[in-house]
Amino acid sequence: MSIKGKAYIAGIYEHPTRKATDKSLAQLHAEVAKGALDDAGLTVDDVDAYFCAGDAPGLGPLSMADYMGLRNLRHVDSTDVGGSSYVLHVGHAAEAIAAGKCKVALITLAGRPRSEGMATGTAPRNYGSGAPDVQFEFPYGPTVVNMYAMCAMRHMHEYGTTSEQLAWIKVAASHHAQHNPHAMLRNVVTVEDVVNSPMIADPLHRLDCCVISDGGGAIVVVAPEIMNSLKRPKIKILGAGEAPKHQMGGEIDLTYSGARWSGPIAFAEAGVKPSDIKYASIYDSFTITVLMQLEDLGFCEKGQGGKFVADGNLISGTGKLPFNTDGGGLCNNHPANRGGLTKVLEAVRQARGEAHPAVQVKNCDLVLAHGTGGSLGSRHGSATLILERE
Amino acid sequence: MAERKIPAPEPNPETEAFWAACNEGKLMIGKCNDTGKTYWYPRALSPFTLSDNTTTVQASGNGKIYSYSVMRRSPEPYCIAYVTLDEGTTMMTNIVDCDFDSLKIGQAVKLVWKDTEGGKQKIACFTPA
Repeated sequence: MSIKGKAYIAGIYEHPTRKATDKSLAQLHAEVAKGALDDAGLTVDDVDAYFCAGDAPGLGPLSMADYMGLRNLRHVDSTDVGGSSYVLHVGHAAEAIAAGKCKVALITLAGRPRSEGMATGTAPRNYGSGAPDVQFEFPYGPTVVNMYAMCAMRHMHEYGTTSEQLAWIKVAASHHAQHNPHAMLRNVVTVEDVVNSPMIADPLHRLDCCVISDGGGAIVVVAPEIMNSLKRPKIKILGAGEAPKHQMGGEIDLTYSGARWSGPIAFAEAGVKPSDIKYASIYDSFTITVLMQLEDLGFCEKGQGGKFVADGNLISGTGKLPFNTDGGGLCNNHPANRGGLTKVLEAVRQARGEAHPAVQVKNCDLVLAHGTGGSLGSRHGSATLILERE
Repeated sequence: MAERKIPAPEPNPETEAFWAACNEGKLMIGKCNDTGKTYWYPRALSPFTLSDNTTTVQASGNGKIYSYSVMRRSPEPYCIAYVTLDEGTTMMTNIVDCDFDSLKIGQAVKLVWKDTEGGKQKIACFTPA
């Protein structure tokens, strides 16, 4: 069974807050849910499926269904693959709709790491001694930044990728963010700005890293008959792929991500190829994340990512592959330290023609959103989604 | 420069023998008897076949840096790394007792033991050979 054409994205919402000291986590989830349902033209009573991940408080779908008063649920899914969860959730929602289990699926994400003063990238995180890897890794001080940094080091070693090439990814994001009034970093930066910013973990500089923000977002996925009753543009789900990647028992290869597997699954289901894609939302926790995913998704050959992203090739209006036109995680926001959901949002805006006019891609009828979750340098989830405006 | 204190690991019934061997100066790595391949991190079932036909072998302590990164934004800068052991498997570790700026991928390194916080458990680190 394919999900191609079996479900549509009818509603989206991105919370405008970037620092939510005056709101609770559950409240943020509920506010984005309301926003996405309003965008679709649906009500809370229309929702019969709910999706959330590890950012949701308490018992996830149980706590949030209770808080939000979702009383007609017949399907829940709290699959947690880190920041890629919400890209994967769209595919799972389409599967559930195609199987007749539900008709209106709500996906929410929210978090307030900025208000909570979380040292997101630089403090080693202990996921608990029950995780089998923790005792063999946590003592050595793995953080978000230095684990991605090891991928960048290896990529530079094998393929000659340079810090200046990586910097172009941030430069492109900043060109887009200047048009987003909600973006945390709206100043256009140069390659020199990036490579001269303080080193965090070699070879990643401060400006190679995404922002830490509060906020959230939501997505409403619906069955075709529901979509036909609504007034919003019809954004059809063409294909979805997912695949985790891990350390392979110590046969470690940091030069590629799970996108190598999730991408081809999504492209095959959609019946399109990378060169057909008009716009791509690519998870941008760090510049290296983008570069590796672009290679693994087939937008360029393995090892050629540095050349591909250089000289503004990702900037809307000038480059061949406009990416993250909201400014992405590198400049706009990264709510809950999980950037997958916002990747879907900007892809839908582009497909609808509702992106900022300065960054809207012309005739943008085929878009891709891709998420990576967890740690690129140890174990991570990977989810690819391909959407088409009908 | 002060060295970063290494947090003590929390062994469980599956891994107690591994950590006890560390305190005797032995780095024991997993070996899958079905495939003949070594593996990391230590576990009872093979990550290649999910069989319990596994054993442990003592690593020579020699290896090469697969990748590394020096954490600069830390009270005491430290170097995290993946080291590929001569026995074939690749493990996370710290590179210690050296000039971090002189390190290179592919560089030969050798095993050294470091105390963890509390002083009761030694842990495997590496330094340039």
